[in-house]
Amino acid sequence: MKRFAQLFREIDGSTKTTVKVAALADYFRDAPETDRLWTVALFSGRRPRRATTTTRLREWAAERAGLPLWLLEESYAIVGDLAETIALLLPPGESVDDSGLTFWINALRDISNVSEEDRKDFIHRAWDQLGTTERFLFNKLITGGFRIGVSQKLMTRALAQATGRDEAEMAHRLMGNWTPETTSWHELIEAENSAADASRPYPFYLAYGLDTEPKALGPPEDWRAEWKWDGIRGQLVLRDGSHFLWSRGEELITDTFPEFARAIDFVPDGTVLDGEIMVWTAEGPQSFNALQKRIGRKTVSKKLLTDAPVELCAYDLLEEHGTDIRDQPFAERRTRLERLLADLPRDAPLRLSPPVDFGTWEDLARIRKGAREATAEGLMLKRADSPYLAGRKKGDWWKWKLDPLTIDAVMIYAQSGSGRRANLFTDFTFAVWNGNDLVPFTKAYSGLSDEEFREITAWVRRNTRQKFGPVRQVTPEHVFEIAFEGIQRSTRHKSGVALRFPRMARWRRDKPVQEANTLDDLKEMLRQYG
Amino acid sequence: MTRDPVLTFTDRGIFCPAGGFFVDPWRPVDRALITHGHADHARPGHARYLATEAAAPVLHHRLGDITLETVAYGATLRIGDALVSFHPAGHVPGSAQIRIEVAGEVWVVSGDYKVVADGLSEPFEPVRCHSFITESTFGLPVFRWPTQADVAARLNQWWRESVAEGVTPVLGAYSLGKAQRLLAMLDPAIGPILTHGAVESTTEVLRRQGYALPDTVHVTPETKGTDHPGALVLAPPSALGSTWARRFGKVSGGFASGWMQLRGVRRRRAVDRGFVISDHADWTGLLWAIEQTGAENIYVTHGYTDVFTRYLNDSGWNAAVVRTEYEGETTESESAE
Repeated sequence: MKRFAQLFREIDGSTKTTVKVAALADYFRDAPETDRLWTVALFSGRRPRRATTTTRLREWAAERAGLPLWLLEESYAIVGDLAETIALLLPPGESVDDSGLTFWINALRDISNVSEEDRKDFIHRAWDQLGTTERFLFNKLITGGFRIGVSQKLMTRALAQATGRDEAEMAHRLMGNWTPETTSWHELIEAENSAADASRPYPFYLAYGLDTEPKALGPPEDWRAEWKWDGIRGQLVLRDGSHFLWSRGEELITDTFPEFARAIDFVPDGTVLDGEIMVWTAEGPQSFNALQKRIGRKTVSKKLLTDAPVELCAYDLLEEHGTDIRDQPFAERRTRLERLLADLPRDAPLRLSPPVDFGTWEDLARIRKGAREATAEGLMLKRADSPYLAGRKKGDWWKWKLDPLTIDAVMIYAQSGSGRRANLFTDFTFAVWNGNDLVPFTKAYSGLSDEEFREITAWVRRNTRQKFGPVRQVTPEHVFEIAFEGIQRSTRHKSGVALRFPRMARWRRDKPVQEANTLDDLKEMLRQYG
Repeated sequence: MTRDPVLTFTDRGIFCPAGGFFVDPWRPVDRALITHGHADHARPGHARYLATEAAAPVLHHRLGDITLETVAYGATLRIGDALVSFHPAGHVPGSAQIRIEVAGEVWVVSGDYKVVADGLSEPFEPVRCHSFITESTFGLPVFRWPTQADVAARLNQWWRESVAEGVTPVLGAYSLGKAQRLLAMLDPAIGPILTHGAVESTTEVLRRQGYALPDTVHVTPETKGTDHPGALVLAPPSALGSTWARRFGKVSGGFASGWMQLRGVRRRRAVDRGFVISDHADWTGLLWAIEQTGAENIYVTHGYTDVFTRYLNDSGWNAAVVRTEYEGETTESESAE
């Protein structure tokens, strides 16, 4: 664990990408092979089976620290990370243990078969033997979620450096359904013809938001446009007579969307499609809200399948007849995709994301204005000759989203943040006028600068009217412009609406409270865009 | 007959009816007793001030021409019907707890304090009392400070490594207290220590007073980054990443604060190195100090007031939250320390 803790400290102690990559590359060169493999697994979101519940973990930690459980909970609320909270409030450890990462992972796996009392003893002993950082990492093995500022991109770069191989190849090798229990370092990283797992997806190519006028992209004839759909990105892999559906977050979501079992009836084996998973009914494409009913459902009822049927609105072809065609130009892939999906019957769970034809950038700007009517968030611009790259890359693909909707609202409640915002007020509730009353309608957490958060925090401290647990009611005095991507009817909110991606676009210091928007304004937006 | 309590909590600050004075008030008053020179405790606009002799030069430096009476640590003054004395709080040079006795009942206002000696500030002395007013800036069990020797070792190692890598270490710290404590922890054998004007002026005041501080070089508009090879730069936190710091070329940013104990805060500051060092007591320090006073009644001011108060009540004290406008140690601003 000491070597892994050293790696963690090097990564966590620096804000510089080069330092992090170098530390990781060193680790991938000299750490024991199984530790390396587990490290790749942990940093790509794979984790060992949970050895115990976090409820038990909290109880055992409070007991070891000699503190009441409520105090641990309060501390956790402020620190924002259970593994860190426990590591900090236990009595200082000895840091005497020299076992490696794999040892501790295996030991944690083995205690899932012992009695609860023995499990507690094991964890208490582990805490006593580990230093604070090691203890934090040990706790992370149990609680999961190694988000420590190492993106998939950084890790693949480090692996490429350590092994002398190509970055894109590394990215592809790490995709898919493997765990350290089912593969080895050699098989995953080095083997020449790695017995490629049939389910393995390609790394998604991700676009940046367009930050200039599209004119700056050059002649329009070099570009293709299509709607930017408001669903979830998915990759459908059809190989060896099976189908696998992957989300952008590299989650296998095949079982959530049983519709795609039939895809194989319409397109040949050896096909990989990139597209948007959307609810599509007789009335056409539906908003994200309709899809939300389907997300996260493990069992899908017949009724749900009838009410909210999904399709893959395909916009790219990555593999054709078992051949990786990602280095073909987009225009070519697109032609093949259109051929593949031509004349599909209505009941196929696949459809082509239609091209949006345009002559000039001005034409396209006009078309973009109609995105909301097309149930889209805006447009995607793709360079006609672009290959399908891995990860987020600038230059060839751009999102050209609609401007968000906005409303001016009054801050009425404030709550302090957790984790990196532990000592600032960052979570606010906003209201609009209904006659002389302020009706809360949304919360927002982001969009202000550190300086503004600091300023509003000092103000909240001085202007608290009442406290309800961690929530403070503040004097209604400040107006903020709230930007959001969509608006829906909601029965759970007093105001009757729910916003999508609300954030603080601007602090309207120039606006008196009386000039904030009203509930009627919100209702009008709901009528127009809901 | 009911008597006024020794101290009452008003919207202008902590008030002593028997003596007719306030302690660290946040609105202008006639007579203010000041625990220490930080901006949230020593505010401008009072008619008369009273503080320790050791705190006086900084108060004059920060507040200008004020009417300031001074008193030695431990000496007792009579103000109205109250007996008043100042005792070291260990927070920053010159800082004090204020003991107030009225008709045999003793209250102590501790201001900000820490219980471990930092080698510069007059070390904290527990004062027996019936009622104790304590801060709770770091009143959660996750705050436990490493020893000053450990932090000093890490600090000097960072300085050496940065110099070896050809980058300039720039350390952010508040200009009164933290900056001087860090100065005293640095090893001048490694190289010269450069200071931002905000740090230098306070340091000079304390140096003239006789606090043992190493030599420093004041960075002026004419100073070039290349003038002092191997140097470490000490500046207010706001100077990190500013145009002022640009003259030093490639830098490694460091920040010293108790908040650096939390990974989340460290990441938000986005500094290369966080040093866990605070002029406020950690969890064990707060509990130790409270224990030492022998007080039955504990009033909890700025910090994690609700949580800390509940814990004290659960543990057998008579504790209550008091709302003040003190800010403790913030991670953001220079004004509040």
